[in-house]
Amino acid sequence: MNRQSYKRDVRPEQTAGMTLIVKTVARLTVGLILIFGTYVVFEGHLSSGGGFPGGVIITLAFINLVLAFGWKPLMGKLPRRRAVLIGSLGISLFLLLSLFGLISGVFFKNVIPRGEAFNLFSAGHILYCNIGICLNVGMGLFAIFLALILFRIEPEDGA
Amino acid sequence: MNIIPFLIIVPLGAAFLTAVIGRKVKALGGAVANLAALALLAFSLVLALGGSGTLVYEVGGWAIPFGICMVVDGLSAFMLVTVNLVTLLVAVYSVNYMKRYTDRWQFYCLFMLMVAGMNGLIISGDLFNLFVFLEIAAIASYALVAFGTEREELEAAFKYAVMGTVASCFILLGIIFIYSSTSTLNLADISLALGDGPRGRLVGFVTILFLVGFGIKAALVPFHTWLPDAHPSAPAPISAMLSGVLIKTLGVYAMARIFFNIIGIDDTMLSILRAMAVVSMMVGVLLALGQWDFKRLLAYHSISQIGYVVLGIGLGTPLGILGGLFHLFNHSIFKSLLFLNSGAVVYETETRDLRELGGLNKRMPVTGTTSFIASMSIAGMPPFNGFWSKLLIIVACVQVGRYGCAVWAVAASILTLASFMKVQRYAFFGQLKEKWANVREVPFLMKTSMVALAAICVLGGLLLLPGLKSAFLDRATATLLQGREYAGAVMGSSDQEVTK
Repeated sequence: MNRQSYKRDVRPEQTAGMTLIVKTVARLTVGLILIFGTYVVFEGHLSSGGGFPGGVIITLAFINLVLAFGWKPLMGKLPRRRAVLIGSLGISLFLLLSLFGLISGVFFKNVIPRGEAFNLFSAGHILYCNIGICLNVGMGLFAIFLALILFRIEPEDGA
Repeated sequence: MNIIPFLIIVPLGAAFLTAVIGRKVKALGGAVANLAALALLAFSLVLALGGSGTLVYEVGGWAIPFGICMVVDGLSAFMLVTVNLVTLLVAVYSVNYMKRYTDRWQFYCLFMLMVAGMNGLIISGDLFNLFVFLEIAAIASYALVAFGTEREELEAAFKYAVMGTVASCFILLGIIFIYSSTSTLNLADISLALGDGPRGRLVGFVTILFLVGFGIKAALVPFHTWLPDAHPSAPAPISAMLSGVLIKTLGVYAMARIFFNIIGIDDTMLSILRAMAVVSMMVGVLLALGQWDFKRLLAYHSISQIGYVVLGIGLGTPLGILGGLFHLFNHSIFKSLLFLNSGAVVYETETRDLRELGGLNKRMPVTGTTSFIASMSIAGMPPFNGFWSKLLIIVACVQVGRYGCAVWAVAASILTLASFMKVQRYAFFGQLKEKWANVREVPFLMKTSMVALAAICVLGGLLLLPGLKSAFLDRATATLLQGREYAGAVMGSSDQEVTK
């Protein structure tokens, strides 16, 4: 998902989207937004943050791209179906992790070794749960956004 | 191993599995949904018949009140059986009915999410989790109402979503105030924190917020305006779920649990509930009388029948609560059956207008007979199940001297009978119109589901026999009657029942 690939997809006939200034700014900021979103997800068990806000921030990067470039370039990379699939896989990961606790007899018990506090890989399954939530929330939100911009009903009287 | 968490794991797992591979494997959605519904009914029956007292499950091994807990007591077990029984029969019906729709996997995915939301709400022992599951069920139902994606359905779903969100906001605001004053979200702990002393203004305010929030979810008059649009617009199996169990779980159960077991109910509150119930009963049935749209008529009757349920519970006496809860069970059976009947009629004739139908009994005997049984049940004719629960409610009204309520209940019942005579006369009896000469009976699974529900309508009165009554209805009634001793029951049992 680098800058080059988005540039290549914007063909001259697809003039949808906003002006050059907006497109340039979007191109520059999208990477930063993605990094920040990922940071929020991976910091969930250490400080404030978590899967839900992280997922929303990551989706905002995609929405930013759609607003700046129109929906066509991104649809090639991440169609609604794929977004739904990734989201479903994310939430399935969450459910599987909570089922893992049943090994020790209790639903949702944190059975993965906790590690040392304040390390990135610590707190057992919390980090992985956050990743699952991030995928589900992010892709779910993006699919809803795409549905809202793509779905149209023809007016009844042709007006 | 404890089966309580599986009431949530199974439907969620079914929904996610369908979401991931349902598009590729076409038959998967229906099969998984049916298996999941069967498993859920089995779990609920085990919990209802096997257990006594209060079972508590501490999720993740965190002790109450620090962690989330799931609680199954008499009322939860009763609601679980009701919800999952209807779910199973609706899932069986959907296999044939949904063949006409594309993207069926989305239907089954949302259907299972809705069931997960309802089951989760029923066994939640935590106020915020109750809200989360309520939202899962509600949001899945918004999408399901819009499933046909026609103009009318989208409009109804939008209206439903707006009203539902307003209701959720009221409930969330109430939860925020409760949390700010008690610093806990565990239901039992809230009850302890509120104490036995006089209730302050904050609790009064929260009571009103919950009354409005859950009142909208239960579609009590004057909060009923979304229901006559939303329920008829959904596909028939979903109408059956919405009218049959969703409004009762999200509205009546949640309201009863919080008012009776957590905040504690007083005479003022009971009289407000009774007043709303009586108005719902009459307004619902009067509006239903003038309807010509089969499903819309049924939707108005849901408002009226919810009035009976709340009237019974609002009496606050053992007999009244017993009658209310029994009517809740009965209504979930005959109203889902009626919606499935209307679905069968739509399936064959593509119309819901009663004036266009006629004489369908000759071509669709199973649908006609089952709908006759359901109509007599809802109208309170002996020996069907609706008669017994209405009788209990009316006797309970008389017992405590509420003659006015009793008279209104009888009057609403007579009007219900009139309304369903109209349905029978126009849709199923009379001359068979020429254009329906080639109509056939619906496929096998749809028939099976309708016949099973009709059988429960006929035999439902047997639940009042001493042995069955004590195992099923009396336990649920006792849960509400114990009032705020609920906290002690949950806290007390947490030591023994939990596997850590």
